[in-house]
Amino acid sequence: MEQDNQLPLWEVFIQKNNGLPFKHEGSIHASDAAMALQNARDIYTRRGEGRTIWVVPSSAIAATTVEDEAEFFDPSDDKIYRHPTFYVMPEGAKQI
Amino acid sequence: MSSTIEQNSPTTVMQERLDQFQARIDADEKIEPKDWMPEEYRKTVLRQMSQHAHSEVIGMQPEGNWILRAPCLRAKKILLAKIQDEGGHGLYLYSAAETLGTGREALIESLHNGKAKYSSIFNYPTLNWADIGAIGWLVDGAAIVNQVSLQRTSYGPYARAMVRICKEESFHQRQGYEIMTTMMRGNSAQKEMAQDAMNRWWWPALMMFGPHDKDSAHTQQSMQWRIKRESNDVLRQRFIDKTIDQAHLIGLTIPDEQLKYNEDTKHWDIGPINWDEFWQVVGGHGLCNEQRMKHHIRAHQDGQWVREAANAFAQKQISFN
Repeated sequence: MEQDNQLPLWEVFIQKNNGLPFKHEGSIHASDAAMALQNARDIYTRRGEGRTIWVVPSSAIAATTVEDEAEFFDPSDDKIYRHPTFYVMPEGAKQI
Repeated sequence: MSSTIEQNSPTTVMQERLDQFQARIDADEKIEPKDWMPEEYRKTVLRQMSQHAHSEVIGMQPEGNWILRAPCLRAKKILLAKIQDEGGHGLYLYSAAETLGTGREALIESLHNGKAKYSSIFNYPTLNWADIGAIGWLVDGAAIVNQVSLQRTSYGPYARAMVRICKEESFHQRQGYEIMTTMMRGNSAQKEMAQDAMNRWWWPALMMFGPHDKDSAHTQQSMQWRIKRESNDVLRQRFIDKTIDQAHLIGLTIPDEQLKYNEDTKHWDIGPINWDEFWQVVGGHGLCNEQRMKHHIRAHQDGQWVREAANAFAQKQISFN
């Protein structure tokens, strides 16, 4: 007999309204994608919190950590010319 | 040369990590699942979250007792929605606890073998409909005071679960107070029932905040790590002050002969709490400890075939594709 377990873990992302980005809301347990979507609906949208749900197996998510932060993001930190405020505009320039 | 070796000794490295961790806490940063954390921090947060999750789920039982006996359809629908919320809150919290690397299976096993606790308040019986009012108003009310404070707890997933829970809990407290208000506007028998529920639930509700600060073993370290943001006594007093006014407004008496408003502190002073009773119930000798646990174990076992079937179905889908 298969060992009793609480079913695999899924991460839940919800879009609150049309046009907004999907936001991570938490996780749920489910045996497959269809059950994951239904469980996510029951747990995270009892009061109209969303109009679209994504579910992703937790095991499929890769993440950086706070310890990686300095090293990982360092390459972009010294490129201030990526920001519009870096550039000097002539006096009187408009709509730019 | 020797000083370099000393600097890199394991104890020094550990102390540095601990200091860095405390500095992050002091800067009010949230700790996320994959961040480094002291083992004791992990254990404390896990214990608190698992206890909190179990409380939400066990808390469904005393209220579930009244679904089929709700006095009207409106009350029944509301009670069902509230109990469903409690189940949902348990699931938010289990998910948050699982981010620390302990599986749901292990959390439930600890509940069943008695290693993990849940709030003692749910070991008191719900004898009549007024108890449903008292639970929503007093028990959820006390829980909210605690949970509002925990929205600022230092462990990120726990704090986020609390924000979500607090949004939903205020309906719970209001539905309870509405039941009490309705009964206090009823006939003398109904008023008596409401007062009787008040008499039975008031003190256990105050005990929900835990022992006095001077007797609370974990408080100091938990406060330093900002797992707890305010002490048991501070939170208890906040609950007392706001609840007494609500009780008086609808004509309920607080079952405490020593209760007195303190003009100096601007707080209500209460009589002594019966901590013997508290420790009795925590120790497993409350009226319903055995019943609550038996019921949970049975429900869990009854669900086993569903989990097995779901797993088998998922496996089959994979082998088809």
